[in-house]
Amino acid sequence: MNSNQGKLKPSSSELDLDRPNIEDYLPSGASIQEPHGKLRLSDLLDISPILTEAAGAIVDDSFTRCFKSNSPEPWNWNVYLFPLWCSGVVFRYLILFPARAIVLTIGWIIFLSCFIPVHFLLKGNDALRKKLERVLVELICSFFVASWTGVVKYHGPRPSMRPKQVFVANHTSMIDFIILEQMTAFAVIMQKHPGWVGLLQSTILESVGCIWFNRSEAKDREIVAKKLRDHSQGADNNPLLIFPEGTCVNNQYSVMFKKGAFELGCTVCPIAIKYNKIFVDAFWNSRKQSFTMHLLQLMTSWAVVCDVWYLEPQNLRPGETAIEFAERVRDIISVRAGLRKVPWDGYLKYSRPSPKHRERKQQSFAESVLRRLEEK
Amino acid sequence: MGNSSSMLTQYDIEEVQQHCNDAFSQQEIVSLYQRFCQLDRSGGGFVSAEEFLSVPEFAVNPLSQRLLRMVDGLNFKEFVAFLSAFSPRATLQQKIEFIFKVYDSDGNGKVTFNDMLDVLHDLTGQFISEKQSKQVLTQVLEEAGYTNESLLVLADFVKILGSSGLEMEVEVPVD
Repeated sequence: MNSNQGKLKPSSSELDLDRPNIEDYLPSGASIQEPHGKLRLSDLLDISPILTEAAGAIVDDSFTRCFKSNSPEPWNWNVYLFPLWCSGVVFRYLILFPARAIVLTIGWIIFLSCFIPVHFLLKGNDALRKKLERVLVELICSFFVASWTGVVKYHGPRPSMRPKQVFVANHTSMIDFIILEQMTAFAVIMQKHPGWVGLLQSTILESVGCIWFNRSEAKDREIVAKKLRDHSQGADNNPLLIFPEGTCVNNQYSVMFKKGAFELGCTVCPIAIKYNKIFVDAFWNSRKQSFTMHLLQLMTSWAVVCDVWYLEPQNLRPGETAIEFAERVRDIISVRAGLRKVPWDGYLKYSRPSPKHRERKQQSFAESVLRRLEEK
Repeated sequence: MGNSSSMLTQYDIEEVQQHCNDAFSQQEIVSLYQRFCQLDRSGGGFVSAEEFLSVPEFAVNPLSQRLLRMVDGLNFKEFVAFLSAFSPRATLQQKIEFIFKVYDSDGNGKVTFNDMLDVLHDLTGQFISEKQSKQVLTQVLEEAGYTNESLLVLADFVKILGSSGLEMEVEVPVD
Protein backbone atom coordinates (compact mmCIF):
# COMPACT_ATOMS: atom_id res chain seq x y z
CA MET A 1 0.00 0.00 0.00
CA ASN A 2 1.69 3.21 -1.06
CA SER A 3 1.35 6.26 1.07
CA ASN A 4 -0.35 8.37 -1.57
CA GLN A 5 -3.33 6.04 -1.83
CA GLY A 6 -6.18 7.24 0.31
CA LYS A 7 -8.38 4.16 0.65
CA LEU A 8 -7.64 0.48 0.37
CA LYS A 9 -9.22 -1.07 -2.69
CA PRO A 10 -11.60 -3.74 -1.37
CA SER A 11 -10.82 -7.19 -2.65
CA SER A 12 -13.64 -9.65 -2.62
CA SER A 13 -11.68 -12.53 -1.18
CA GLU A 14 -10.50 -10.70 1.91
CA LEU A 15 -12.89 -10.69 4.84
CA ASP A 16 -10.95 -7.95 6.56
CA LEU A 17 -10.81 -5.39 3.77
CA ASP A 18 -14.56 -5.66 3.68
CA ARG A 19 -15.23 -2.21 4.99
CA PRO A 20 -14.59 1.49 4.41
CA ASN A 21 -11.69 3.11 6.18
CA ILE A 22 -12.30 2.80 9.92
CA GLU A 23 -9.88 5.61 10.64
CA ASP A 24 -12.52 8.01 9.34
CA TYR A 25 -14.85 7.01 12.14
CA LEU A 26 -12.59 6.47 15.12
CA PRO A 27 -12.12 9.37 17.53
CA SER A 28 -9.51 11.71 16.18
CA GLY A 29 -6.15 11.62 17.82
CA ALA A 30 -2.71 10.95 16.47
CA SER A 31 -4.32 9.63 13.33
CA ILE A 32 -5.39 13.09 12.23
CA GLN A 33 -2.57 15.34 13.46
CA GLU A 34 0.44 15.15 11.24
CA PRO A 35 3.40 16.17 13.38
CA HIS A 36 6.33 17.74 11.66
CA GLY A 37 9.65 19.18 12.40
CA LYS A 38 12.81 17.36 13.24
CA LEU A 39 12.37 14.24 15.31
CA ARG A 40 13.35 14.72 18.95
CA LEU A 41 13.46 12.41 21.95
CA SER A 42 10.32 13.99 23.33
CA ASP A 43 8.44 13.05 20.17
CA LEU A 44 9.40 9.43 20.52
CA LEU A 45 8.66 9.23 24.22
CA ASP A 46 5.40 11.13 24.01
CA ILE A 47 2.93 8.30 23.55
CA SER A 48 0.10 10.34 25.03
CA PRO A 49 -2.19 10.37 21.93
CA ILE A 50 -2.13 6.60 21.64
CA LEU A 51 -2.62 6.14 25.37
CA THR A 52 -5.53 8.58 25.24
CA GLU A 53 -7.17 6.54 22.49
CA ALA A 54 -6.77 3.36 24.52
CA ALA A 55 -8.11 4.94 27.69
CA GLY A 56 -10.99 6.44 25.71
CA ALA A 57 -11.87 2.98 24.48
CA ILE A 58 -11.76 1.60 28.02
CA VAL A 59 -14.07 4.31 29.28
CA ASP A 60 -16.61 4.20 26.46
CA ASP A 61 -16.69 2.66 23.03
CA SER A 62 -19.18 2.71 20.23
CA PHE A 63 -19.17 -1.05 19.70
CA THR A 64 -20.32 -2.01 23.20
CA ARG A 65 -22.98 0.66 23.04
CA CYS A 66 -24.64 -1.23 20.18
CA PHE A 67 -25.34 -4.21 22.35
CA LYS A 68 -26.47 -2.55 25.53
CA SER A 69 -29.95 -3.52 26.62
CA ASN A 70 -32.11 -0.57 27.48
CA SER A 71 -33.44 -1.28 30.92
CA PRO A 72 -36.61 0.67 31.50
CA GLU A 73 -36.49 3.54 33.95
CA PRO A 74 -38.23 2.57 37.18
CA TRP A 75 -41.18 4.84 37.70
CA ASN A 76 -42.84 3.08 40.58
CA TRP A 77 -41.08 4.96 43.30
CA ASN A 78 -43.80 6.42 45.41
CA VAL A 79 -46.86 5.42 47.40
CA TYR A 80 -49.22 6.45 44.64
CA LEU A 81 -47.46 4.83 41.70
CA PHE A 82 -46.21 1.68 43.37
CA PRO A 83 -49.60 -0.03 43.84
CA LEU A 84 -50.42 0.95 40.27
CA TRP A 85 -47.29 -0.77 39.11
CA CYS A 86 -48.02 -3.81 41.25
CA SER A 87 -51.48 -4.23 39.81
CA GLY A 88 -49.89 -3.90 36.39
CA VAL A 89 -47.51 -6.73 37.18
CA VAL A 90 -50.35 -8.88 38.48
CA PHE A 91 -52.38 -8.18 35.37
CA ARG A 92 -49.51 -8.92 33.04
CA TYR A 93 -48.39 -12.13 34.66
CA LEU A 94 -51.65 -13.61 35.84
CA ILE A 95 -54.12 -12.49 33.21
CA LEU A 96 -52.34 -11.43 30.04
CA PHE A 97 -49.70 -14.11 30.09
CA PRO A 98 -52.03 -17.11 30.47
CA ALA A 99 -54.41 -15.64 27.88
CA ARG A 100 -51.56 -15.22 25.45
CA ALA A 101 -50.19 -18.66 26.17
CA ILE A 102 -53.59 -20.09 25.39
CA VAL A 103 -53.82 -18.15 22.14
CA LEU A 104 -50.40 -19.39 21.15
CA THR A 105 -51.26 -22.99 22.00
CA ILE A 106 -54.44 -22.82 19.95
CA GLY A 107 -52.43 -21.37 17.11
CA TRP A 108 -49.93 -24.21 17.29
CA ILE A 109 -52.67 -26.82 17.36
CA ILE A 110 -54.36 -25.37 14.30
CA PHE A 111 -51.06 -24.99 12.55
CA LEU A 112 -49.78 -28.48 13.23
CA SER A 113 -53.06 -30.13 12.41
CA CYS A 114 -52.99 -28.48 9.01
CA PHE A 115 -49.29 -28.49 8.36
CA ILE A 116 -48.55 -32.15 9.04
CA PRO A 117 -51.25 -33.52 6.72
CA VAL A 118 -50.39 -31.03 4.00
CA HIS A 119 -46.71 -31.81 4.28
CA PHE A 120 -47.10 -35.56 4.00
CA LEU A 121 -50.20 -36.05 1.92
CA LEU A 122 -49.33 -33.57 -0.78
CA LYS A 123 -45.83 -34.90 -1.28
CA GLY A 124 -46.52 -35.36 -4.96
CA ASN A 125 -48.14 -32.05 -5.69
CA ASP A 126 -45.28 -29.69 -4.91
CA ALA A 127 -46.69 -26.40 -6.14
CA LEU A 128 -49.91 -26.67 -4.16
CA ARG A 129 -48.06 -27.97 -1.10
CA LYS A 130 -45.65 -25.05 -1.15
CA LYS A 131 -48.49 -22.58 -1.47
CA LEU A 132 -50.41 -24.05 1.45
CA GLU A 133 -47.31 -24.28 3.63
CA ARG A 134 -46.55 -20.64 2.91
CA VAL A 135 -50.00 -19.62 4.07
CA LEU A 136 -49.71 -21.78 7.17
CA VAL A 137 -46.35 -20.30 8.13
CA GLU A 138 -47.80 -16.82 7.75
CA LEU A 139 -50.62 -17.98 10.00
CA ILE A 140 -48.47 -19.28 12.81
CA CYS A 141 -46.40 -16.10 12.70
CA SER A 142 -49.58 -14.08 13.12
CA PHE A 143 -50.39 -16.18 16.14
CA PHE A 144 -46.95 -15.48 17.57
CA VAL A 145 -47.36 -11.78 17.04
CA ALA A 146 -50.78 -11.93 18.68
CA SER A 147 -49.24 -13.72 21.64
CA TRP A 148 -47.21 -10.64 22.46
CA THR A 149 -50.03 -8.32 21.53
CA GLY A 150 -47.93 -7.14 18.68
CA VAL A 151 -49.06 -3.86 17.25
CA VAL A 152 -47.22 -3.62 13.99
CA LYS A 153 -47.70 -0.75 11.64
CA TYR A 154 -46.59 -1.51 8.11
CA HIS A 155 -45.72 1.43 5.93
CA GLY A 156 -45.03 1.42 2.28
CA PRO A 157 -46.02 -0.88 -0.56
CA ARG A 158 -46.19 -4.58 0.25
CA PRO A 159 -43.28 -6.51 -1.22
CA SER A 160 -44.30 -7.94 -4.55
CA MET A 161 -43.12 -11.38 -5.52
CA ARG A 162 -40.69 -10.82 -8.33
CA PRO A 163 -37.63 -12.79 -9.25
CA LYS A 164 -34.10 -11.42 -8.77
CA GLN A 165 -34.96 -9.51 -5.67
CA VAL A 166 -33.75 -9.77 -2.08
CA PHE A 167 -34.92 -8.01 1.05
CA VAL A 168 -32.64 -6.63 3.72
CA ALA A 169 -33.54 -5.35 7.15
CA ASN A 170 -31.89 -4.20 10.36
CA HIS A 171 -31.79 -6.87 13.05
CA THR A 172 -32.85 -6.54 16.66
CA SER A 173 -34.13 -9.97 17.60
CA MET A 174 -35.31 -13.15 15.98
CA ILE A 175 -38.81 -11.78 16.29
CA ASP A 176 -37.94 -9.44 13.40
CA PHE A 177 -38.29 -12.45 11.19
CA ILE A 178 -41.65 -13.43 12.68
CA ILE A 179 -43.03 -9.92 12.33
CA LEU A 180 -42.04 -9.72 8.70
CA GLU A 181 -43.06 -13.28 7.96
CA GLN A 182 -46.64 -12.78 9.04
CA MET A 183 -47.12 -10.36 6.18
CA THR A 184 -45.13 -12.14 3.49
CA ALA A 185 -43.62 -15.59 3.47
CA PHE A 186 -39.92 -14.92 3.08
CA ALA A 187 -37.17 -17.42 2.87
CA VAL A 188 -34.54 -16.48 5.36
CA ILE A 189 -30.90 -17.04 6.07
CA MET A 190 -30.21 -17.81 9.70
CA GLN A 191 -27.72 -19.15 12.18
CA LYS A 192 -28.67 -22.66 13.20
CA HIS A 193 -29.72 -22.65 16.84
CA PRO A 194 -29.82 -25.49 19.33
CA GLY A 195 -32.90 -26.65 21.20
CA TRP A 196 -36.50 -26.23 20.18
CA VAL A 197 -35.69 -23.30 17.95
CA GLY A 198 -33.37 -25.52 15.93
CA LEU A 199 -36.12 -28.10 15.64
CA LEU A 200 -38.50 -25.51 14.27
CA GLN A 201 -35.84 -24.33 11.90
CA SER A 202 -35.23 -27.74 10.45
CA THR A 203 -38.84 -28.71 10.04
CA ILE A 204 -41.14 -25.80 9.44
CA LEU A 205 -38.78 -23.21 8.09
CA GLU A 206 -37.48 -25.71 5.57
CA SER A 207 -40.82 -25.45 3.87
CA VAL A 208 -40.43 -21.76 3.11
CA GLY A 209 -36.88 -22.35 2.02
CA CYS A 210 -34.10 -21.39 4.37
CA ILE A 211 -30.36 -21.21 4.23
CA TRP A 212 -28.21 -22.07 7.22
CA PHE A 213 -24.88 -20.63 8.05
CA ASN A 214 -22.39 -21.22 10.77
CA ARG A 215 -20.51 -18.20 12.05
CA SER A 216 -17.68 -20.22 13.46
CA GLU A 217 -16.70 -21.86 10.21
CA ALA A 218 -14.33 -19.93 8.01
CA LYS A 219 -15.06 -21.74 4.76
CA ASP A 220 -18.73 -21.25 5.37
CA ARG A 221 -18.78 -17.84 3.71
CA GLU A 222 -18.20 -19.17 0.22
CA ILE A 223 -20.70 -21.99 0.61
CA VAL A 224 -23.33 -19.59 1.86
CA ALA A 225 -22.59 -17.06 -0.86
CA LYS A 226 -23.19 -19.75 -3.43
CA LYS A 227 -26.45 -20.85 -1.80
CA LEU A 228 -27.63 -17.25 -1.74
CA ARG A 229 -26.90 -16.83 -5.39
CA ASP A 230 -28.66 -20.06 -6.33
CA HIS A 231 -31.71 -19.20 -4.30
CA SER A 232 -32.10 -15.70 -5.66
CA GLN A 233 -31.87 -16.94 -9.23
CA GLY A 234 -34.56 -19.56 -8.72
CA ALA A 235 -37.89 -18.40 -10.07
CA ASP A 236 -40.36 -19.92 -7.67
CA ASN A 237 -38.39 -19.71 -4.49
CA ASN A 238 -39.76 -17.46 -1.83
CA PRO A 239 -38.13 -14.02 -1.78
CA LEU A 240 -35.04 -14.02 0.36
CA LEU A 241 -34.85 -11.98 3.55
CA ILE A 242 -31.36 -11.19 4.74
CA PHE A 243 -30.18 -9.40 7.87
CA PRO A 244 -26.84 -8.02 6.68
CA GLU A 245 -25.70 -6.97 10.14
CA GLY A 246 -25.19 -10.63 10.92
CA THR A 247 -26.10 -10.26 14.58
CA CYS A 248 -28.74 -8.69 16.81
CA VAL A 249 -28.18 -5.02 17.59
CA ASN A 250 -30.10 -2.99 20.15
CA ASN A 251 -32.29 -0.95 17.76
CA GLN A 252 -30.47 2.31 18.55
CA TYR A 253 -27.44 1.68 16.39
CA SER A 254 -26.61 -0.15 13.22
CA VAL A 255 -23.40 -2.04 12.61
CA MET A 256 -21.80 -2.55 9.26
CA PHE A 257 -23.68 -4.47 6.64
CA LYS A 258 -22.00 -7.52 5.18
CA LYS A 259 -21.66 -7.25 1.47
CA GLY A 260 -22.93 -10.78 0.69
CA ALA A 261 -26.50 -9.66 0.06
CA PHE A 262 -25.37 -6.86 -2.22
CA GLU A 263 -23.35 -8.78 -4.74
CA LEU A 264 -26.01 -11.20 -5.97
CA GLY A 265 -26.92 -9.15 -9.00
CA CYS A 266 -30.42 -8.58 -7.63
CA THR A 267 -32.48 -5.60 -6.67
CA VAL A 268 -32.21 -4.93 -2.97
CA CYS A 269 -35.38 -3.85 -1.16
CA PRO A 270 -34.57 -2.27 2.21
CA ILE A 271 -36.89 -2.77 5.17
CA ALA A 272 -36.51 -0.69 8.33
CA ILE A 273 -37.85 -1.94 11.67
CA LYS A 274 -38.12 0.24 14.74
CA TYR A 275 -39.49 -0.95 18.05
CA ASN A 276 -41.18 1.40 20.44
CA LYS A 277 -39.09 1.27 23.61
CA ILE A 278 -41.85 2.51 25.87
CA PHE A 279 -43.62 -0.80 25.74
CA VAL A 280 -40.79 -3.25 25.75
CA ASP A 281 -37.13 -3.48 24.86
CA ALA A 282 -37.28 -5.91 21.99
CA PHE A 283 -33.51 -6.32 21.74
CA TRP A 284 -32.54 -9.95 22.15
CA ASN A 285 -29.24 -9.84 23.98
CA SER A 286 -28.16 -13.36 23.13
CA ARG A 287 -25.28 -13.10 25.57
CA LYS A 288 -27.67 -12.48 28.43
CA GLN A 289 -30.76 -14.55 27.70
CA SER A 290 -31.84 -17.57 25.78
CA PHE A 291 -34.51 -17.15 23.14
CA THR A 292 -37.06 -18.85 25.37
CA MET A 293 -36.47 -16.30 28.14
CA HIS A 294 -36.66 -13.54 25.58
CA LEU A 295 -40.04 -14.77 24.33
CA LEU A 296 -41.32 -15.09 27.88
CA GLN A 297 -40.22 -11.55 28.57
CA LEU A 298 -42.17 -10.38 25.54
CA MET A 299 -45.23 -12.36 26.54
CA THR A 300 -45.31 -10.78 29.98
CA SER A 301 -44.98 -7.21 28.80
CA TRP A 302 -47.81 -4.97 27.76
CA ALA A 303 -47.28 -5.03 24.03
CA VAL A 304 -44.71 -5.12 21.29
CA VAL A 305 -45.21 -2.00 19.27
CA CYS A 306 -43.19 -1.47 16.18
CA ASP A 307 -43.06 0.20 12.81
CA VAL A 308 -42.04 -1.55 9.64
CA TRP A 309 -41.17 0.48 6.60
CA TYR A 310 -40.85 -1.13 3.19
CA LEU A 311 -38.50 1.23 1.43
CA GLU A 312 -37.76 1.89 -2.20
CA PRO A 313 -35.90 -0.92 -3.98
CA GLN A 314 -32.29 -0.10 -4.78
CA ASN A 315 -30.00 -1.28 -7.51
CA LEU A 316 -26.27 -1.30 -7.80
CA ARG A 317 -25.24 1.97 -9.40
CA PRO A 318 -22.68 1.95 -12.21
CA GLY A 319 -19.19 2.20 -10.76
CA GLU A 320 -20.37 1.39 -7.25
CA THR A 321 -18.77 -1.48 -5.37
CA ALA A 322 -20.78 -3.96 -3.34
CA ILE A 323 -19.47 -2.42 -0.12
CA GLU A 324 -20.49 1.10 -1.15
CA PHE A 325 -23.89 -0.26 -2.13
CA ALA A 326 -24.21 -1.94 1.27
CA GLU A 327 -23.30 1.28 3.05
CA ARG A 328 -25.74 3.27 0.96
CA VAL A 329 -28.58 0.92 1.85
CA ARG A 330 -27.50 0.98 5.51
CA ASP A 331 -27.78 4.74 5.35
CA ILE A 332 -31.30 4.54 3.98
CA ILE A 333 -32.42 2.10 6.65
CA SER A 334 -30.65 3.90 9.51
CA VAL A 335 -32.18 7.24 8.60
CA ARG A 336 -35.67 5.78 8.37
CA ALA A 337 -35.44 3.86 11.64
CA GLY A 338 -33.51 6.53 13.53
CA LEU A 339 -30.41 4.39 14.10
CA ARG A 340 -26.89 5.70 14.63
CA LYS A 341 -24.30 4.13 12.40
CA VAL A 342 -21.13 2.67 13.85
CA PRO A 343 -18.20 1.45 11.76
CA TRP A 344 -17.85 -1.96 13.34
CA ASP A 345 -18.47 -5.41 11.98
CA GLY A 346 -21.11 -7.21 14.06
CA TYR A 347 -19.00 -10.36 14.10
CA LEU A 348 -16.53 -8.60 16.41
CA LYS A 349 -18.92 -9.80 19.09
CA TYR A 350 -17.49 -13.25 18.51
CA SER A 351 -13.95 -12.60 17.34
CA ARG A 352 -11.05 -10.19 17.62
CA PRO A 353 -10.50 -7.43 15.10
CA SER A 354 -8.06 -8.29 12.40
CA PRO A 355 -4.46 -7.13 12.92
CA LYS A 356 -4.76 -5.03 9.77
CA HIS A 357 -6.23 -2.09 11.68
CA ARG A 358 -3.36 -1.98 14.13
CA GLU A 359 -0.90 -2.41 11.28
CA ARG A 360 -2.29 0.61 9.51
CA LYS A 361 -1.69 2.75 12.59
CA GLN A 362 1.78 1.31 13.03
CA GLN A 363 2.63 1.97 9.43
CA SER A 364 1.59 5.61 9.54
CA PHE A 365 3.55 6.18 12.74
CA ALA A 366 6.63 4.48 11.31
CA GLU A 367 6.47 6.56 8.16
CA SER A 368 6.16 9.75 10.14
CA VAL A 369 9.17 8.85 12.32
CA LEU A 370 11.38 8.04 9.35
CA ARG A 371 10.30 11.12 7.49
CA ARG A 372 10.98 13.45 10.37
CA LEU A 373 14.36 11.89 10.92
CA GLU A 374 15.39 13.24 7.55
CA GLU A 375 14.19 16.75 8.23
CA LYS A 376 16.63 19.42 9.24
CA MET B 1 -27.61 -5.87 34.34
CA GLY B 2 -30.13 -3.86 36.29
CA ASN B 3 -29.68 -0.73 38.32
CA SER B 4 -26.12 0.46 38.23
CA SER B 5 -25.45 2.23 41.49
CA SER B 6 -27.39 -0.27 43.55
CA MET B 7 -24.14 -1.86 44.57
CA LEU B 8 -22.15 1.28 45.21
CA THR B 9 -22.82 3.02 48.47
CA GLN B 10 -21.91 6.62 49.21
CA TYR B 11 -19.12 5.27 51.41
CA ASP B 12 -17.74 3.21 48.53
CA ILE B 13 -17.79 6.20 46.21
CA GLU B 14 -15.92 8.35 48.70
CA GLU B 15 -13.35 5.63 49.28
CA VAL B 16 -12.71 5.31 45.56
CA GLN B 17 -12.52 9.07 45.20
CA GLN B 18 -9.94 9.26 47.94
CA HIS B 19 -7.93 6.42 46.42
CA CYS B 20 -7.65 8.24 43.11
CA ASN B 21 -6.86 11.56 44.80
CA ASP B 22 -10.07 13.23 43.72
CA ALA B 23 -9.29 12.75 40.04
CA PHE B 24 -12.92 12.07 39.31
CA SER B 25 -16.15 13.55 40.57
CA GLN B 26 -18.67 11.32 42.32
CA GLN B 27 -20.89 11.26 39.27
CA GLU B 28 -17.98 10.19 37.09
CA ILE B 29 -17.17 7.40 39.53
CA VAL B 30 -20.74 6.12 39.27
CA SER B 31 -20.48 6.19 35.47
CA LEU B 32 -17.14 4.40 35.61
CA TYR B 33 -18.69 1.77 37.83
CA GLN B 34 -21.46 1.20 35.28
CA ARG B 35 -18.81 0.83 32.64
CA PHE B 36 -16.74 -1.50 34.82
CA CYS B 37 -19.76 -3.76 35.37
CA GLN B 38 -20.51 -3.68 31.68
CA LEU B 39 -16.97 -4.82 30.85
CA ASP B 40 -16.86 -7.37 33.66
CA ARG B 41 -19.21 -9.79 31.99
CA SER B 42 -18.22 -12.75 34.09
CA GLY B 43 -19.05 -10.81 37.22
CA GLY B 44 -15.80 -11.69 38.97
CA GLY B 45 -15.20 -8.21 40.36
CA PHE B 46 -12.36 -7.53 37.96
CA VAL B 47 -12.05 -7.16 34.22
CA SER B 48 -9.90 -9.83 32.60
CA ALA B 49 -7.64 -9.31 29.60
CA GLU B 50 -10.13 -11.16 27.40
CA GLU B 51 -12.88 -8.81 28.43
CA PHE B 52 -10.76 -5.75 27.66
CA LEU B 53 -9.84 -7.18 24.28
CA SER B 54 -13.50 -7.64 23.43
CA VAL B 55 -13.66 -3.87 22.99
CA PRO B 56 -12.49 -3.63 19.38
CA GLU B 57 -11.36 -0.02 19.72
CA PHE B 58 -8.99 -1.11 22.50
CA ALA B 59 -7.84 -4.27 20.75
CA VAL B 60 -6.63 -2.38 17.68
CA ASN B 61 -4.50 -0.01 19.76
CA PRO B 62 -0.76 -0.70 19.31
CA LEU B 63 -0.08 -0.37 23.03
CA SER B 64 -2.94 -2.61 24.13
CA GLN B 65 -0.70 -5.44 25.34
CA ARG B 66 1.40 -3.09 27.47
CA LEU B 67 -1.65 -1.52 28.99
CA LEU B 68 -3.20 -4.91 29.60
CA ARG B 69 -0.27 -5.83 31.78
CA MET B 70 -1.03 -2.79 33.89
CA VAL B 71 -4.79 -3.06 34.01
CA ASP B 72 -5.53 -6.78 33.93
CA GLY B 73 -7.27 -8.08 37.01
CA LEU B 74 -7.66 -4.75 38.77
CA ASN B 75 -10.65 -4.29 41.02
CA PHE B 76 -12.81 -1.23 40.62
CA LYS B 77 -10.88 0.99 43.02
CA GLU B 78 -7.59 0.23 41.29
CA PHE B 79 -9.26 0.61 37.89
CA VAL B 80 -10.28 4.16 38.72
CA ALA B 81 -6.80 4.89 40.06
CA PHE B 82 -5.37 3.58 36.79
CA LEU B 83 -7.57 5.93 34.80
CA SER B 84 -6.90 8.90 37.04
CA ALA B 85 -3.95 9.99 34.91
CA PHE B 86 -6.45 10.71 32.15
CA SER B 87 -8.68 12.95 34.18
CA PRO B 88 -8.72 16.66 33.30
CA ARG B 89 -7.86 17.26 36.96
CA ALA B 90 -4.67 15.23 36.79
CA THR B 91 -1.43 17.18 36.98
CA LEU B 92 1.26 17.08 34.32
CA GLN B 93 3.44 15.24 36.81
CA GLN B 94 0.83 12.47 37.15
CA LYS B 95 0.53 12.12 33.39
CA ILE B 96 4.28 11.88 32.93
CA GLU B 97 4.42 9.33 35.75
CA PHE B 98 1.88 7.22 33.90
CA ILE B 99 3.87 7.35 30.70
CA PHE B 100 6.97 6.39 32.66
CA LYS B 101 5.17 3.37 34.08
CA VAL B 102 4.18 2.25 30.60
CA TYR B 103 7.84 2.28 29.59
CA ASP B 104 9.19 0.82 32.81
CA SER B 105 7.72 -2.66 32.38
CA ASP B 106 9.76 -4.27 35.14
CA GLY B 107 8.87 -1.52 37.56
CA ASN B 108 12.35 -0.85 38.86
CA GLY B 109 12.18 2.89 38.35
CA LYS B 110 14.64 2.90 35.45
CA VAL B 111 13.90 2.95 31.74
CA THR B 112 16.60 1.32 29.64
CA PHE B 113 17.43 1.58 25.97
CA ASN B 114 15.71 -1.76 25.44
CA ASP B 115 12.55 -0.61 27.18
CA MET B 116 12.32 2.33 24.80
CA LEU B 117 13.12 0.08 21.88
CA ASP B 118 10.27 -2.25 22.89
CA VAL B 119 7.74 0.54 22.96
CA LEU B 120 8.97 1.84 19.63
CA HIS B 121 8.55 -1.64 18.25
CA ASP B 122 4.96 -1.80 19.55
CA LEU B 123 4.20 1.50 17.87
CA THR B 124 5.75 0.74 14.50
CA GLY B 125 5.28 -3.02 14.15
CA GLN B 126 7.01 -4.52 11.18
CA PHE B 127 7.33 -1.21 9.36
CA ILE B 128 10.69 -0.26 10.83
CA SER B 129 13.54 -2.73 10.90
CA GLU B 130 15.37 -3.61 14.12
CA LYS B 131 18.48 -1.86 12.86
CA GLN B 132 16.62 1.27 11.82
CA SER B 133 14.82 1.61 15.13
CA LYS B 134 18.10 1.28 17.06
CA GLN B 135 19.56 3.93 14.81
CA VAL B 136 16.66 6.31 15.30
CA LEU B 137 16.62 5.88 19.05
CA THR B 138 20.39 6.29 19.40
CA GLN B 139 20.31 9.42 17.31
CA VAL B 140 17.56 11.19 19.24
CA LEU B 141 19.04 10.10 22.56
CA GLU B 142 22.40 11.55 21.70
CA GLU B 143 20.87 14.77 20.53
CA ALA B 144 19.13 15.06 23.88
CA GLY B 145 22.33 14.44 25.76
CA TYR B 146 21.93 10.74 26.63
CA THR B 147 23.60 7.57 25.37
CA ASN B 148 22.55 3.99 24.63
CA GLU B 149 23.57 2.99 28.10
CA SER B 150 21.72 5.75 29.92
CA LEU B 151 19.16 4.66 32.42
CA LEU B 152 16.37 7.21 32.47
CA VAL B 153 14.50 7.86 35.67
CA LEU B 154 11.27 9.74 36.25
CA ALA B 155 13.09 13.05 36.62
CA ASP B 156 14.55 12.62 33.14
CA PHE B 157 11.10 11.99 31.70
CA VAL B 158 9.82 15.10 33.44
CA LYS B 159 12.65 17.11 31.92
CA ILE B 160 12.07 15.70 28.43
CA LEU B 161 8.29 15.77 28.33
CA GLY B 162 7.63 18.63 30.72
CA SER B 163 7.65 21.33 28.10
CA SER B 164 5.89 19.52 25.29
CA GLY B 165 2.31 20.43 26.16
CA LEU B 166 1.12 16.93 26.94
CA GLU B 167 -2.54 16.31 26.23
CA MET B 168 -3.87 13.17 27.74
CA GLU B 169 -7.51 13.43 28.74
CA VAL B 170 -10.59 11.31 28.38
CA GLU B 171 -14.09 12.38 29.12
CA VAL B 172 -16.18 10.12 31.28
CA PRO B 173 -19.73 10.16 29.90
CA VAL B 174 -22.14 11.11 32.64
CA ASP B 175 -25.85 10.68 31.94
